[in-house]
Amino acid sequence: MTASRPPGEPRHIAYLYLLPAFAVYAAFLLYPIGRAVQLSLYDWDGLSLGRWVGLDNYLAILSDEGLRAAFGHALVLIVFYAVGPLVIGLALAAILNHAKVRGLGFFRTVVFLPQVIAMVVVAVAWRRVYAPDGTLNTLLGALGLDSLTRGWLGEHAFALPAVGVVGTWFETGLVAVLLLAGMSRIPMELYEAARLDGAGAVREFFAVTLPSVRGEIAVALTLTVIAALRTFDLVYVTTRGGPGNATSVPSYEVYHRAFGLSQIGSAAAIGVTLTVVIFAISFGINRFADRGVA
Amino acid sequence: MTRTLAVLTAAALTLGAAACAPGSSAPPAAPSAQPSAVRTDAAALGKVTLTVWDQEVRGGQAAQMKQLNAAFEAKYPNITLNRVSRSFDDLNTTLRLALSGNEPPDVVEANNGRSAMGAFVKAGQLLPLNAYAQAYGWQDRYPESVLRYSRYSADGKVFGEGNLYGLPQVGEVVGLFYNAAKLTELGLRPPTTWADFQAGLAKAKAAGEVPMQLGNLDKWPAVHVFGTVQSRVVPADQIRTLAFGRKGASWNTPENTEAARQLVDWVDKGYFSKGFNGQGYDPAWQAFRDGEGVYLIAGTWLLADLHKTLGKDLGFVLPPGATAGAAPIATGGTGLPFAITAKSPNPDAAAAYINFVTSAEAMKVLTDTGNLPAADTAAQTVPAGPQQDVFTAFGTVTAENGLVPYLDYATPTFADTLGAALQDLLAKKATPQEFLATLEKDYKTFAESNG
Repeated sequence: MTASRPPGEPRHIAYLYLLPAFAVYAAFLLYPIGRAVQLSLYDWDGLSLGRWVGLDNYLAILSDEGLRAAFGHALVLIVFYAVGPLVIGLALAAILNHAKVRGLGFFRTVVFLPQVIAMVVVAVAWRRVYAPDGTLNTLLGALGLDSLTRGWLGEHAFALPAVGVVGTWFETGLVAVLLLAGMSRIPMELYEAARLDGAGAVREFFAVTLPSVRGEIAVALTLTVIAALRTFDLVYVTTRGGPGNATSVPSYEVYHRAFGLSQIGSAAAIGVTLTVVIFAISFGINRFADRGVA
Repeated sequence: MTRTLAVLTAAALTLGAAACAPGSSAPPAAPSAQPSAVRTDAAALGKVTLTVWDQEVRGGQAAQMKQLNAAFEAKYPNITLNRVSRSFDDLNTTLRLALSGNEPPDVVEANNGRSAMGAFVKAGQLLPLNAYAQAYGWQDRYPESVLRYSRYSADGKVFGEGNLYGLPQVGEVVGLFYNAAKLTELGLRPPTTWADFQAGLAKAKAAGEVPMQLGNLDKWPAVHVFGTVQSRVVPADQIRTLAFGRKGASWNTPENTEAARQLVDWVDKGYFSKGFNGQGYDPAWQAFRDGEGVYLIAGTWLLADLHKTLGKDLGFVLPPGATAGAAPIATGGTGLPFAITAKSPNPDAAAAYINFVTSAEAMKVLTDTGNLPAADTAAQTVPAGPQQDVFTAFGTVTAENGLVPYLDYATPTFADTLGAALQDLLAKKATPQEFLATLEKDYKTFAESNG
């Protein structure tokens, strides 16, 4: 034993302690991912012997117009799932934080409520809202706007935004509560200082509130963007990708190909691609937030 | 960070590469029928437990299954049934995994199409039932136009002929449900020709009624409407070739164009309920049931539900032909056929079970519980009214070999292709020519690769 060795047990023993956790991680995460990557290189129907096709499944994602559109739809959904809730959530949180209303807990609960409901239930409810004889059209009719009534989920131009609005409704609560938690930690002195310098409410918001919750914004964006990219249950229940393929999204395609069309290899390739895209975007968001802080 | 990632990637790749090609443990060849080994004396088979997966979960379907299973166990005390029942969608998605396991269920209801039964046959997971059909005389009681929906070649490539892989309990036919009270109000009678039917639609529209209910949000309902229109103008043998996914036909024909054009024409004239592409299937037939709409093009599986509310006001006719005397042609088929898995250790008991739930007595039970039996239809006595309409329609069309298959049978992907293409067509996002080109591409690609 040389004197240069640090005190305590040999360093390598640490890996032994890590082993149990790593074994679980490897068995339930790394192995399935590896297997999915492997499957994505085959043309396999789930039953008979698979055929090696190399990267063909990935090339098909690039060349298949329908699949490219599906990824495009997912990007549109990001606007509804992440950007919309962020803007609304910021406003809501700023108001709730400032107006020292009584029963803040109550309002916080109300805002957060959609998050508590299972997505499938949300989707079934909204499907009724959007139906040709549903709540939305009844409401429009009552306002004398009969010309605007339509089968919202059945029209090519409106189906995707209609699905997106459900996402906005669903995610806003989460974002608002996250931001509210962040804002409540901002010291009052900062606001007092801003006031003394003559800042109004709007100026105060941009100079004090917004920079202080940068971390929360990053978390909110990461969560909602991931939710947008892997939307499945909402599309599955409301439109099944229709009308035509106007609302098909990658996750739905994964399910549809694996269980409906029995193209397991292609489904795995879409899944892997989606994982990479999600990873890249989340990575980007967090890099952006980190750099901002430093 | 980068190094860790590289190590992980390498580990993952090694794991992946070490595993063999997917599906390599599947049985190499399809089992052959063994006519000599067939035993039909179920009582003498000793103690047997049969696991049965079915999708008979709704109303009358659930009732008949329960009744028949109880009767079977009473008749053969040596056979115990282990029943697993799931909804149609759930069964379709879980069956594939169940069949690839080492101990699959003995009897399963497998959807007729290529992506289910066809794929299972190809993988050698289902037992050909020819020998049992002979021993029990199934082909004498079942019309061939019904049996062919459960026939595949041994390699699973040819659909509609070859070995028999399953036997259905119930029949289905798509036709015109009508609201008799509304027809009378409009001064109309049930249509006897296609022109008659269209004139009725026009009259209903002019009178401010909803001529036809349609809820196409779920993508597939319009397939039945299109199939009905198509089988008025396209010859039946062409439709069969297209729908069974065989080589030698084409979607790009003047007749198919005419069918697509007629459908768009109905949209233009406002014959369908408002916002049909955004309306669910269930709300649409429920609206018809509640008295909104003169016609509903749908399958006989809705009979019990519609009858309950509309009662005597409900009527059903086969889609009429060009003339009153034209041979009946209608889209139709069977309920999910019962099949025996290749790995089942008790195929004889399984076959005895299938025979029992499709026997002449079982057909009576099916009738009493509001279902449409696939065989012996003419032998059933049902009260006059919609139920008799449906029985007569199915009896007539099968007797004259007039059933044409569901179009979504054609290729493993066709249900989706056709469903989406029809939504596009009806929303006028695609012209009839573009619509047919989309279908032709899917059909041709498959028919050619299938050989």
